[in-house]
Amino acid sequence: MLVKQISVFIENKKGKLAEITRVLKDHNVDISAISIADTENFGILRMIANNQENAVKCIREAGYPVNTTEVIAIEVPDHPGGLHKVLEILEQRGISIEYLYSFVRAKSEKALILFKVENPETAVETLEGSGVKVLSDREVYEL
Amino acid sequence: MYWNQAYECMERSQLEALQSERLINTIQRVYYNVPYYRNEMQKAGLTPEDIKGIEDLSKLPFTTKQDLRDNYPYGLFAVPLSEIVRIHASSGTTGKPTVVGYTRQDIATWSELMARTLTCGGTRKDSVIQIAYGYGLFTGGLGAHYGAERIGASVIPISGGNTKRQIMLMEDFGTTVLACTPSYALYIAETIKEMGIPRENFKLKYGIFGAEPWTEAMRREIEEKLQISAIDIYGLSEVIGPGVASECQCKQGLHIFEDHFIPEIINPDTGEVLPAGSKGELVFTTITKEGLPVIRYRTRDITSLTYEPCPCGRTHVRMHKVLGRTDDMLIIRGVNVFPSQIESLLIEIGETEPHYMLVVDRVDNLDNLEVWVEVSDRLFSDEVRRLEDLNRKITHEIQSTLGLTARVKLVEPKTIARSEGKAKRVIDKRNLQGG
Repeated sequence: MLVKQISVFIENKKGKLAEITRVLKDHNVDISAISIADTENFGILRMIANNQENAVKCIREAGYPVNTTEVIAIEVPDHPGGLHKVLEILEQRGISIEYLYSFVRAKSEKALILFKVENPETAVETLEGSGVKVLSDREVYEL
Repeated sequence: MYWNQAYECMERSQLEALQSERLINTIQRVYYNVPYYRNEMQKAGLTPEDIKGIEDLSKLPFTTKQDLRDNYPYGLFAVPLSEIVRIHASSGTTGKPTVVGYTRQDIATWSELMARTLTCGGTRKDSVIQIAYGYGLFTGGLGAHYGAERIGASVIPISGGNTKRQIMLMEDFGTTVLACTPSYALYIAETIKEMGIPRENFKLKYGIFGAEPWTEAMRREIEEKLQISAIDIYGLSEVIGPGVASECQCKQGLHIFEDHFIPEIINPDTGEVLPAGSKGELVFTTITKEGLPVIRYRTRDITSLTYEPCPCGRTHVRMHKVLGRTDDMLIIRGVNVFPSQIESLLIEIGETEPHYMLVVDRVDNLDNLEVWVEVSDRLFSDEVRRLEDLNRKITHEIQSTLGLTARVKLVEPKTIARSEGKAKRVIDKRNLQGG
């Protein structure tokens, strides 16, 4: 039930992000979710895309360091306390989150949350056991 | 004002006769006392009898830093260790330093040459000289110290660093001469300004600056800011340390102390000796040193020589301010840095690609070193924390190996230009040769 996320190393420079999105456009890659972690010098672009293998290949050919990471995608109700409920479950089990980003879909009552943890299997088990909807990769790519 | 007029203003024919006599003597000593030089001369089909004067100098083989390294630590010493009274060392390219040894007589020679240098710069018996060159294995501090004591000036052996304290003592002790690297002199000037201490509180008159390349523009800036007269001095530990050459108050080139060192300018590619005035690699033969004589030592510094008479009256040849290097050595805040040192350190860390670039700049008068390291798929982690850890690790390794604080920057692959031949590893933005 894990989703493959594409991570790209980019320098913190003007126009860099547009270079990547251009490559993805040219290769007909559809981005479902996207986030950037930035530092003074560099950033890490993280995204979920359909046709993930093709996306990795074209980014690599464009000369950017790229790798894939398994992350968890869950649905949470789009109302106050929706995310908190999920985080509370993880906290109780001592699972810490490396990073997290969210994605709100149009015409939906649910928000999509993507996050990375040390032991994804345990986390998925815990969440499903607590009734949290964990999305499969297919479900995410089709968003 | 001279320290030793008889030698510093010696007529050329007399000087050349002295050089010939001293060269012959040196060649005898190295041939019989240093197996390395004997071998090299034999390979060239030479015996000491073939060297009859300075006109035969060019027959002798060159000596390089690599030869010193290959004979680490004492292999090129021409006297037993019991005769050595001092050992200095400079940073090496691969961890092992270059070692130099001095006999009691060498220390006396060095003191004499530094007394000449400091006199050129305005130091007298009644001067108060603050020596802010580093004391220790580096030859700068102790070299200047012995020269100043020889003159009989009042010496403040403060060494480098702790700028506010430097300024406090400069003010309270009535320092008249400052000896340090030119970039440190500028830093001191800026700090004085920041501290808001008026110029009239200081008695400073002269500056004696060296150990790193600097420009005429930088001299003007230092002279204006500190309201002093600043001279450039030159030396390298393999030859003796500081005290190889010094500007006089005419500031039109550095007089090489030719009664102790014979300079040549060669074509660095062919080894051919070039006529006076040509730009090329500076080569030195020491003719009075006992502990570590060097024969045709290749400095890797690019300059030119002029035998034109100098208005100061000294007859010794003048070298132009150093114009560049034939290798890729950088001098950053007075520290010798070879790109290969950074390379081996990256390889040792093993988490990066050996594609790197050193970017050196001078910001607020201090040298800044940036090290760009390419990130590859292999070392790229999805977590910011890991990349930042790697960044810190490289910074720490550079600090502990070179003693320099560098700013490490992770960059995208292929950012660093690949070249067909020798990779370009350095971008030096300091413009040290400019006006």
